[in-house]
Amino acid sequence: MLQVAEPAAAVGPMVPRLFRVRGRRRETRDTVTVDLQAVAPADESGFTPGQFNMLYVFGIGEVPISISGDPGRVDILAHTVRAVGAVTRALAAMKRGALVGVRGPFGTSWPVDEAEGSDVVIVAGGVGLAPLRPALYRLLARREKFGRIVLLYGARTPGDLLHMRELERWRSRMDLDVAVTVDAAAGNWRGSVGVVTTLIPRAPFDPASSVALVCGPEVMMRFTVRELQARGVRDDRMFLSMERNMKCGIGLCGHSQYGPFFICRDGPVFPYGQIAPFFRVREI
Amino acid sequence: MQTLEPVLAAHPFFKDLKPEHLQVLVGCASNVRFDAGQYVFKEGEEANTFYLVRHGTVALEMAVPARGGVTVQTINEGDVLGWSWLFPPYRWHFDARATELTRAIALDGKCLRDKCEEDHNLGYELVKRFAQIIERRLQATRLQLLDIYGHAPGR
Repeated sequence: MLQVAEPAAAVGPMVPRLFRVRGRRRETRDTVTVDLQAVAPADESGFTPGQFNMLYVFGIGEVPISISGDPGRVDILAHTVRAVGAVTRALAAMKRGALVGVRGPFGTSWPVDEAEGSDVVIVAGGVGLAPLRPALYRLLARREKFGRIVLLYGARTPGDLLHMRELERWRSRMDLDVAVTVDAAAGNWRGSVGVVTTLIPRAPFDPASSVALVCGPEVMMRFTVRELQARGVRDDRMFLSMERNMKCGIGLCGHSQYGPFFICRDGPVFPYGQIAPFFRVREI
Repeated sequence: MQTLEPVLAAHPFFKDLKPEHLQVLVGCASNVRFDAGQYVFKEGEEANTFYLVRHGTVALEMAVPARGGVTVQTINEGDVLGWSWLFPPYRWHFDARATELTRAIALDGKCLRDKCEEDHNLGYELVKRFAQIIERRLQATRLQLLDIYGHAPGR
């Protein structure tokens, strides 16, 4: 059975390190990607795809944000932030040079290396593309090690699609199958319309030898699991990134408890087989 | 002359259909093509055909005042387009427009309705197969209504 990678031990995990905003790209109406660089080079740290950082906006608060950049670069940490609350709105509005506190990286990773020799199907919904982007970077950096790589991405409207330029580049590659769909479209949209799960039945991958990486709203992941199961993908070869209210990031405070797990410490990436008994428990 | 029988038999929609039923369908089938931008049918028109899309994409659209044609779903290669021919009043509920060059098999629904009345086994087979498609599209539509990406992870 494939396993998610264990989180690396963090040094001084409750103490934020100082980073500066080095770049900022608007992705959609309410979402930006922020590039951070350590003030002290000694504070640079690598990460593995799927991990997250706790980002601290001084004087406002701290939020967990998935790392969305290239894991091959340690000098820049990219985070894609959707402005939905006080802290994320402040993060999204930060200008170049602003200071941010960073704790992490925390959590488990997508099993990219473990998927060698397999087809890899990535299913992303909405902002869920951001935590999967580093996995795709890693897959493409070692493209010859994998079978087919398929990216299925769904969003509300064409204006809600993240990383559009990259999506266009990925779509033009001959060694990557990309299908994008939106819930509703008008005007000159020439792509698919329908929820992302409708892309699964005709996606070009071999279910028997595929590893699926899934991230998006929980309801989307529920239906995605169903479709992947219908195609014949095994539960222990599906990996989901879960989300709960995370505070400490290291499994001490208990805010991110999910059944017997803490999402911040034991997740966010889980094999579906591990969390299946809790997946439909409404009280969790 | 080559008939459309092997094409229909290979299509997932007609998988495991009895040969005698397939024969009936072949008699009602023809090859069609639509250029990019061409309408396959329009809302309110009489619905007497359904299509097995062999290549290309068709957008199901609803004309909305001040917004133009809003696409509610796309039908792709391997999909079935149209079930209004099966149910009174046999009128299309949406516009269907090819978004690229699209090739399809058109099946004469009017002819099939008569055949189904004559042979209820054939009728039951077709209704069962269409019911599966309708069920899948209903589930997908429910997900669209949920606006599932509205509260995506914001870590």
